[in-house]
Amino acid sequence: MSRGDRAHVSGSVLGLALLAGTVLAGFSLACPAQAYTVYVTNEKGNSVSVIDTETMAVTGTWKVGRRPRGVTTSRDGKELFVCASDDDRIDVLDTSTGKVVRSLRSGPDPEQFILGPQGNLLYVANEDDSQVTVIDIEKNKVMAEVPVGVEPEGMGLSPDGKILVNTSETTNMAHFIDTTTFAVIDNVLVDARPRFAEFTADGKYLWVSAEVGGTISVIDVAARRVIKKITFKIPSVNDEAIQPVGIRITKDGSKAFVALGPANRIAVIDAKSYAVEKYLPVGQRVWQLAFTPDQKLLFSTNGSSNDISVVDVAAEKVVKSIPVGLLPWGVTVSPN
Amino acid sequence: MLSSARLLFAPLALSLGLCGLAPASAQEPATPPAAPGIAPSETHIGLIYRPEPAPSSYDAEAVPEDEGVAGARMAVKDNNNTGRFTKQTYVLDEVALAGDKAGDKDGVAAARDLAGRGIRYLVVALPAAELLAIADALKGQGVTIFNIAAPDDRLRGADCRRNVFHVLPSRAMQTDALAQFFTLMRWRKMFLIVGPGENDRLYADAFKNAARKFALKINAEKPWTFGPLAKARGDTPTRSEAMVFTRGLDYDIAVVADEAGDWGDYVPFRTVDPRPVAGTQGLIATTWHPMLETWGAAQAQNRFRRQAGRLMRPLDYQAWAAVRSVGEAATQKKTADPAVLAPYFADPGFSLPAYKGVSLSYRPWDHQLRQPIIVVQPKAMVSVAPEQGFTHQRTPLDTLGIDLPETTCKFPD
Repeated sequence: MSRGDRAHVSGSVLGLALLAGTVLAGFSLACPAQAYTVYVTNEKGNSVSVIDTETMAVTGTWKVGRRPRGVTTSRDGKELFVCASDDDRIDVLDTSTGKVVRSLRSGPDPEQFILGPQGNLLYVANEDDSQVTVIDIEKNKVMAEVPVGVEPEGMGLSPDGKILVNTSETTNMAHFIDTTTFAVIDNVLVDARPRFAEFTADGKYLWVSAEVGGTISVIDVAARRVIKKITFKIPSVNDEAIQPVGIRITKDGSKAFVALGPANRIAVIDAKSYAVEKYLPVGQRVWQLAFTPDQKLLFSTNGSSNDISVVDVAAEKVVKSIPVGLLPWGVTVSPN
Repeated sequence: MLSSARLLFAPLALSLGLCGLAPASAQEPATPPAAPGIAPSETHIGLIYRPEPAPSSYDAEAVPEDEGVAGARMAVKDNNNTGRFTKQTYVLDEVALAGDKAGDKDGVAAARDLAGRGIRYLVVALPAAELLAIADALKGQGVTIFNIAAPDDRLRGADCRRNVFHVLPSRAMQTDALAQFFTLMRWRKMFLIVGPGENDRLYADAFKNAARKFALKINAEKPWTFGPLAKARGDTPTRSEAMVFTRGLDYDIAVVADEAGDWGDYVPFRTVDPRPVAGTQGLIATTWHPMLETWGAAQAQNRFRRQAGRLMRPLDYQAWAAVRSVGEAATQKKTADPAVLAPYFADPGFSLPAYKGVSLSYRPWDHQLRQPIIVVQPKAMVSVAPEQGFTHQRTPLDTLGIDLPETTCKFPD
């Protein structure tokens, strides 16, 4: 990330900030009902930054366990789950008070997780322990431990909830896990350091990012075979700096957004033709992404610049950046 | 699987270490009756090293007995974890040579013995001369040797060997990394202090080449003649000569060449003019450091600390990367067959993710692992080379060390 890059980013952010004000004012007028809450984990701040999508301002900073990374909300939005990696637990926060009300036994070093379709199970990647832990949230009970490759991280769940996919960063595989038997049914080799797994809404394809490999592997879920590798090329950015991490695909299956790490950009991809259409300049070292439920906005965590970028999905433009805590890692948006 | 394999082979490794010293058994590699046949599904990786002599009663930074070995053990575990999904099994065969540095013969004997048992991958943590003797002794036997401890440029140049791959950066790469950082900081005037050891001279030569490459000026060069003052007790009277010998010089930074670690740490804060110190001490260029936590390094640090009960050191990392090279190549090629993997290590398709943010690969012209190098002071990361702005038509990583047009390596056939 050159200094020139940074200047460019803040320049465009500044320039768009005014515009953002009007755009967002427009939003709130057009659809007054929908204000969401965005939660960002700050890996080095040991906190969660809370942002209101209507005002685009930080409304609170909540204390959580050490090294918070993966984050998600309960189906009803009343609870927030945070992986407190260094405390080997998952903190459960009451979103009305911002207080940790209990902690779940997650197994060691929980990094990322995904909520089961019924909302009662959490599938957790234990990065330091080469396993996936399945937790019953209500009972705070470990239902299964599934051995996977070295440094498990990415967690994807098929829309029907039947197949769980975990990516292991050092083994470089996507492990397909049957959610009824908790057995690994197949392993698909992808490129170096797979960080994130995302199913398309129709459940037919799985996208896996490879941070060091610099690619996205699109896997045919039925055949469990890589059918396409998406690569990136950005003028004036070293290929080494292009490190794909977070992936989000729109519900209609038309567009995919991929966070490119120290390339400081989000790639916009035609999810049907796999053509990379453009690169949106965001903050430094962009990792995780989250849509609002209406998919009008996309948020990115920018670890090195300690902020998040807000993308207008339809316009494919960055409309704002919001400072948060130290080393923002994960992001999720309330369902309501 | 793994733990039982480890238990099985620990006593074996011990006995090998002993019989490696006896020339008779080295002549007959097939004899050791205790050696079990290698199961076809198992990939054995040999590790030959010489443990450091035990430290004195109090040494704050004593070299641990299992330096390097612990890194290889972690990598074998990592390989086996992945191997569960690829149906590959890895076993580490450790050979600790006697500590008395009896010459290069015991290393060769141990290597012959391992090769005689069918082992086709050797990780060697020995000085250049011993490494070279092993490489030549095993020439043509289909054994791939990973050098994890000898930074000598001649091993990547005039004395390069087709069966040797260099995991640790050469002295040229280490000094280029520092020179790039000085260039970035606009520190152009160097004061080079060279220790009495042969390796110190080689380090100084490498630094002079780096200075030429990046247009830095060596304004002064002096030999260190005051003995191992960094190892002296704190109540030793300050040696005034050692302080005044930095007087009257015009320089931005002092560069110390002290690979043995005898006096380099004595120099910071004792120069007449207040100047920073870099080189083999002070600000150093290395492969691994407790302060490294980005690019997933925190996970490797934690995993290592849990398994070995201590912090991971550069030699541990280099051993890890060597053993992982075998595992990674086997995963990528879907076989551990040495006939397939040996040529693949130098293939442009090979890539090793190793907590450096980019994939590492071996340069085909001299088998040196191209890698980012961390520039670090004792308590903080300072930078990572290659620095921004140093570009190369192939990869910025090739701005460090000897590039294809300059190489003097011609692999003997």
